[in-house]
Amino acid sequence: MANLVEIRNLKVEATTDSGRRVEIIKGVSLTIAEGESVAFIGESGSGKTTIAMTLMGYARAGCRISGGDVWVDGDNMVTLSEKQRAAIRGTKIAYVPQSAAAAFNPAATIMDQVIEVTRIHGLMSPAAARRKAIELFRALSLPEPAAIGNRYPHQVSGGQLQRLAAAMALIGNPKLVIFDEPTTALDVTTQVEVLRAFKAVIKQYRIACVYVSHDLAVVAQIADRIVVLKSGQTQEIGTTHDILTQPRHPYTQSLLAAFKPKPHSRTAAPESPSHPLLEVDAMTVGYGPVQRDGQPLIVAVRSVSLKVERGRNLGIVGESGCGKSTLARAIAGIHPAHAGDIIFDGHELWNTARKRTRSQLRELQIVFQHADTALNPAKSIEDILGRPLAFYHGMDRKARDVRINALLDMVHLPRTVRHRHPGELSGGEKQRINFARALAADPKLILCDEITSALDTVVTAAVIELLKELQRELGLSYVFISHDLSVVEAICDEIIVMYRGQKMEEITPAERKAPQHPYSKLLFSSVPRLDPSWLDALRQDPDQVRDYCQR
Amino acid sequence: MRARVPSLVLSRLLIALVTLVIVSFAVFFATTLLPGDTASILLGQAATPEAVAGLRTAMHLDEPALFRFLRWCLGLLRGDLGTSYANNMPVATLIAGRLVNTLKLAGLTALISVPLALTLGITAAMWRGSVYDRIVTIVTIGVISVPEFVVATSAVLLFAVYLKWLPALSFTNEIHSFYDLLRAYAMPVITLTFVVSAQMIRMGRAAVIETLNTPYVEMALLKGASRPRLVLKHALPNALGPIVNAMALSLSYLLGGVIIIETIFNYPGIAMLMVDAVSTRDLPLIQSCAMIFCLGYLVLITAADVIAILANPRLR
Repeated sequence: MANLVEIRNLKVEATTDSGRRVEIIKGVSLTIAEGESVAFIGESGSGKTTIAMTLMGYARAGCRISGGDVWVDGDNMVTLSEKQRAAIRGTKIAYVPQSAAAAFNPAATIMDQVIEVTRIHGLMSPAAARRKAIELFRALSLPEPAAIGNRYPHQVSGGQLQRLAAAMALIGNPKLVIFDEPTTALDVTTQVEVLRAFKAVIKQYRIACVYVSHDLAVVAQIADRIVVLKSGQTQEIGTTHDILTQPRHPYTQSLLAAFKPKPHSRTAAPESPSHPLLEVDAMTVGYGPVQRDGQPLIVAVRSVSLKVERGRNLGIVGESGCGKSTLARAIAGIHPAHAGDIIFDGHELWNTARKRTRSQLRELQIVFQHADTALNPAKSIEDILGRPLAFYHGMDRKARDVRINALLDMVHLPRTVRHRHPGELSGGEKQRINFARALAADPKLILCDEITSALDTVVTAAVIELLKELQRELGLSYVFISHDLSVVEAICDEIIVMYRGQKMEEITPAERKAPQHPYSKLLFSSVPRLDPSWLDALRQDPDQVRDYCQR
Repeated sequence: MRARVPSLVLSRLLIALVTLVIVSFAVFFATTLLPGDTASILLGQAATPEAVAGLRTAMHLDEPALFRFLRWCLGLLRGDLGTSYANNMPVATLIAGRLVNTLKLAGLTALISVPLALTLGITAAMWRGSVYDRIVTIVTIGVISVPEFVVATSAVLLFAVYLKWLPALSFTNEIHSFYDLLRAYAMPVITLTFVVSAQMIRMGRAAVIETLNTPYVEMALLKGASRPRLVLKHALPNALGPIVNAMALSLSYLLGGVIIIETIFNYPGIAMLMVDAVSTRDLPLIQSCAMIFCLGYLVLITAADVIAILANPRLR
C-alpha cells in the first residue's frame, strides 16, 4: 500500500440539540501518501476538523462516524476498538490543537505533558523522553530548550505553547501529524516563526501531515496538496500549485478571489478644511489604581492621538495586547480614559459614556468582536434591533417594524430572520445583525472592533463589501480595528500602527509599500502571501524579530 | 509570582479572623435579644426586687452591652467561657465532654464519607452516562430528598427493632471494647454518612465532568490516555478547588447541625447541649456553643480555600 491514509466514502453524523440527526460529512474520499503534506481548507462548519479527527478514530461529543472507512497505515480506525485506537493515538498519529493555550493542562508542567505520550505507551524511559523533548524544543527553535519544560503552561507565550504542542505531538515518532488551525490564534509576526518551525521539523523527521486551516496563504507555504471542503463535501483536490493557479471549482475561485486586493475607491480628502469628525488628543488609558506618578498601574494606551475625517475610514492595526481594543473602548466611553481629549463633531466628549448626552451616544456606535456574546441569546432579532430604535428614536411599534425591515435589507438579510434568535444564525449572519444594531442608532461614526476576526475569508470579504456599500449610501465613517492587515487595507484611508500601547506610525495605504518604522515593516512583511515560496524567501532581521516578538 | 501564594493565604486567614470577630459580635447581641431578664429568671417568681438588682450587678448585667461584649471577648481569649447560669458550673467543663463526643462522631463520619463520596463521585464522572453512573445519581438524589430523621428512624426500625443487631440508643459511656464502639456508633455514623455524602458525590461528579469537557482533556485523549488517566491525571487536579469546598460545606454540617441525629440516638453531643441551653436561657452556654459552631465552620471553609489556592498552579 503506497498510501499512508485512505479515507473512503466517510460519513459523520451529528445529533442536534433537538435530537435530530444531521449528516455533517457527506461521503468524503481522499488519500495521503507517506511523508506528504495535505491541507484541508474551507470555512468554519465545512467539516475540515471533523475529518481530521476521524483519522484518529475520534468524533467530538454528539458526533459519530456513521459510514465509510478510514485506513491509516493498515488499520481501519472506524472499526477498531477504543483500546486499539488509544494505542495508535500519540504513537502513529498525533494531533496539534488549534489553541495550545487551552490544550495544555494548567495543573502540570510542560515537560510532564510533552513526554506523557511516551509514558502512556511505554515508548522509552522518562530520562530518554526528556532528552528527546529537549532535542525537539531545539528543533522548533524554542528559547531555553533545556529549561522551558519545567514551566507551567501559563508561564510561556502563545506562540511558544503552539510550538510546544508540536513537540508534544512529535515525541512519539508519529507517521502522521494533524495540525488543526495551529496558527489561527497567533499574531502574524509570531505566525511566521511558528510556520517556519513547523515546516522545518516536518522536513527533518519526514512526517506526513494534515494541515487544517481556513487561510489559503498559510496553507500555500506548507502543503503539497490541498483539499477544498465545503458543507462536508470535497469540492476540489489538487496540488497546491494547481489550486492556486488554475482553480476549477467556483468555491475555490471565490476563496482565491477573497485574497485579491480590492481597489478601495478612496474618497478624496475633504477640500474645505472643516473640523474632523473625531479627534483624539494624547489619550492615555490604563487599568488598575492610579500610582504615585499619576499614571494607572497598567498603561494600555499611551498618549495616542488620532483624527478621523468625515466620510473617511481610519484603521488601527497591531498585535494582540497592543491596546487597540482598549483605545476603542475608551473612545466609546465604556472604559474611561485616564487622560486626553475626545472631540467628536466639534464638541468635547466626557471620557465616560455615562455623562454623554443621548445624541452623542447615538452618533458614536461600537460593534464588538464576538457577535456570539454581544447579542443576547434569549432575545429575538426583532427585539435586539428594536431596542436602540425605541431608546434613541422613541419609535412606536409600527415605526419600529418598518425600520427593522429596512435595516435587515441594508445588511442583506432576509426579513424572515427577525423572528429568529441569534443562536439560529451563522457567524456571518450574526455579525451582520450586530452591525445592523449599530446602524439602528443612525450613527455618524462606527467603531468596528475586530468584527471580522471570527469570520472566514469569504464571509469577511462579503462583510467588508457591505461596509463599503453602507458607507456610500449613509455617509458613515469607520474606525476599523483589526490584526488582519489585508482587511484594514481593503477599507481604510488611513492606518495607524500600534505597538505596546503606543502609536508607531500613521500611514496611508498608498504609501504602504514603504512603511517607515521598523515595526511597521516587520508587521507588513509578515502577512502571508499566496505565493508558495513566500515563507522560504522571506528575510526578516532576526534582531528586530527578537526585539518586537519577545512575548 | 512566587510571593503571591503566601500573601494570598495570609489574606485569606486574615479574612477568617475578621469574620470571626464579626460573628462573635453577632452571636453576642443575638443572644442578648432573647426575651426575658436573666436575673429574674434565675431567681424565680418569688425574688425580691433588691435581690434581682443585686444579682444583676454581680453579673454585670446593668452595664452597657458593649462593655459586656468586650468583657466576654476577653474571657474567650483567656479561655474563660463564663459560668453557666443554670447550674453554676464553668461552661468550659460542660462543653468539653460534649465537644469530644461531637468531634468523635464527626471524625468517624468524615473518615467514612469523604473517601466514599470521592470514589463514587469520581468513578461516576469517569463512566458518565453508564448504568453505574445512573444508579449512583438516582441513589444520591434519593438520599438528598429524604429528610435525615426518616433515614435515622428507618435505620432504628430496621436494625434495632426488627433485626435487633444494634442498640437503638448510643450509650457512649458503656463502651468497653472496640465491638461496643462499633455498635454504639454504627447507626448515627451510617445515617450521617448518608446525609453528608450525597451532596459531596454530586458536587464531585459535577466538578470532574466540567473539567472533562475542557480541550486539554480532549488533547490527552488524543495522546492515547486511558479513561482513568484522563480523570485522575488531567481532570481531578483542576477540579480540586470546587470539590474541597463542597466537602468543607458538607462536613461543617457535622459540627453544628446534627441535632436531629443526636436526639434520635440520644447521643450526648454539643448540638443537644445547645438546645438544652436555649430552653434554660443559659446565655454563656448558648454563646459558647454558637461560637464553637461558627469557629468549626470557619476553620473548614478557610482550610478549603487555602487548599484551593495551593492547588492552583497559576498562583505558583
